[in-house]
Amino acid sequence: MSVTYIDAIHQAMAELLEEDERVFLYGEDIAGSFGGAFKATKGLADRFPGRVLNAPIAEDAIMGTAIGAAIGGMKPIVEMQFADFGILALNQMCNNAAAHYFRTGMPLNITLRMPCGGTPGGGPYHSQMVEALFAHFPGVHVFTPATVADAYYMLKQAVQIPDPVVFLEHKYLYRWLKADTWVDADPLPIGRARIVRPGRHATVVTYSAMVPETLKAAEELSATSGYHIEVVDLRTVKPIDTDTILASVARTGRLLVVSEDFPWGGVAAEVVARVASEGLHLLDAPPLRLSSRDCPIPYHPDLWKAHRPHSEDIAAAVRYLITL
Amino acid sequence: MKEAGIRAYRAMEMARAFDTKLSALYKAGKMYGGVFLGRGHEAIAACEAVFLTKGVDVYNPFIREQAGRCAWGYSVLESARSYLGSAEGCMRGRDGNIHWGVPADGNPAPISHLGAMVSVVAGMLLAKRMQGIQGAVGVLNLGDGTTSVGATHEGCNMVAVEKLPVVIVVTNNQFAYSTPNEREFACASLADRGRGYGFTTHECDGTNFMQTLATMQKAVAAARAGQGPQWVVAETLRMCGHGEHDDASYIPAELKAAFADRDPLAVARRQVQEQGWLTAEDVAAVQTECVDEVQRCMAQAQKEPTPVPAETDWSAVSWKPSRY
Repeated sequence: MSVTYIDAIHQAMAELLEEDERVFLYGEDIAGSFGGAFKATKGLADRFPGRVLNAPIAEDAIMGTAIGAAIGGMKPIVEMQFADFGILALNQMCNNAAAHYFRTGMPLNITLRMPCGGTPGGGPYHSQMVEALFAHFPGVHVFTPATVADAYYMLKQAVQIPDPVVFLEHKYLYRWLKADTWVDADPLPIGRARIVRPGRHATVVTYSAMVPETLKAAEELSATSGYHIEVVDLRTVKPIDTDTILASVARTGRLLVVSEDFPWGGVAAEVVARVASEGLHLLDAPPLRLSSRDCPIPYHPDLWKAHRPHSEDIAAAVRYLITL
Repeated sequence: MKEAGIRAYRAMEMARAFDTKLSALYKAGKMYGGVFLGRGHEAIAACEAVFLTKGVDVYNPFIREQAGRCAWGYSVLESARSYLGSAEGCMRGRDGNIHWGVPADGNPAPISHLGAMVSVVAGMLLAKRMQGIQGAVGVLNLGDGTTSVGATHEGCNMVAVEKLPVVIVVTNNQFAYSTPNEREFACASLADRGRGYGFTTHECDGTNFMQTLATMQKAVAAARAGQGPQWVVAETLRMCGHGEHDDASYIPAELKAAFADRDPLAVARRQVQEQGWLTAEDVAAVQTECVDEVQRCMAQAQKEPTPVPAETDWSAVSWKPSRY
């Protein structure tokens, strides 16, 4: 049997609805026979009557309603149609939900699912990565799963965690990424980064859809140059597993951070800052970043491919890093 | 009506006494930040809250609803603690002035962003519906300025679409900070907005205590009886600046003159006697009791410990990953 990344997300939501009557799904076009723009919720409205609710096109109010429902003891799972539109809910998520625990002592159990990242033809407003934007604010956890098993396990964990969780699902991975099963018999706990591929010449820290791109680059480097690249999948960008990153850098002495997000003040910058602050003595070369261009995401597939990092860029950046 | 009327009147006296004390402390340089009074809003706030039950209903007062907080059942001690940042208060000095609430009581802690709480109240009522809890209503306040905010529109539409038992009270105090009505909205009446969303609308003179009491009773009863969302527009004049830092010199003298004999508290004192609910002696006794109560509460809050930075749990989230 082969299952996809989005199958795993669907399965996690079905189980969460089954296991806990406080869980409900809320978002645009997710109910009825339609089942969401990407079909993540297809069939769930029939299976769980009254617990999969369509919302008006009102991202701010969708999040606000989720906040109110969480205050009232529910565990809403919100779907934004695209992460780009989730920016309209930034105020409610970051000024209201995220601040709530510190202000009042009551954590809010809200999971905000957002399909993020680029696909060919997506253009400026259906392609963006928003993890750094949301992670900037205190009071949220930000998950960026890169595997089918993590998509399943981390979504289930997101609802177990009593705080607001931003769950960023990469659209490119939805149907492209496949596995035999979504079940990982021994999943890594939330907050731990994963060494996806061990290596000794350089560490590449990455997350979300850049994990498979980086693995492709690592294969190529191994085949063509004999370089063994250690690939670290952050899994959660907040909390960020600095210990695993530093341990890897201690082994390799070199660091490249790859992100699909815009470069300014992003997760890549955060990782480089942490390694520079806490592990400068471990580095044999300056730490490097590879991100998308500091420019809106273009529509044409040729422009789009040249806008975001891909495996050839990553391999070239590693080759450069190793010369330093 | 008599019992509710007397409680509402007493809440108005308590709020005015509290405001007077706050203003004095502000002028004496004893307050940390801004001080925001509810002079002119007392009848509206007290009458909207006096028909609610703490722990059953949802009440979301905001900047000028001290009288509502009193009518809902909170001591002015909690308001004093919020302003003074007492460690004993529900916000523990982490938030202050009018930004306080006890979400578990059905009283969410409002954020500064106007309009954001409309959908939060909607969510709290939605949670009750999903949990099979019947008979609860929610009351929340908007000002004339708040009706211009995008989040307000999204939230009001959400309330209407879900047909939630919510009473939205729009207090038109003629000025959004310094901006008069004609620069804030262009519809003939703010009641038109409620009608447009699909609310049942009511209008009252918010300086006329008995009229306001009757209007709020009707609106809250209709929401509680399942007649859908209710929209009350109550007219008054803000008898103070936006905050005590603001001399409100932009309010034209003619407008002040037009409201000169319409101080809602003075009207209420007269009307409770005209109704035969209280005697002149009773009214004088209530005033004395309220001033004494405010004095006691403010003195207690001033004596209470303030938060200690070194002893503060600075965690913005309730959950942390386990270390390994």
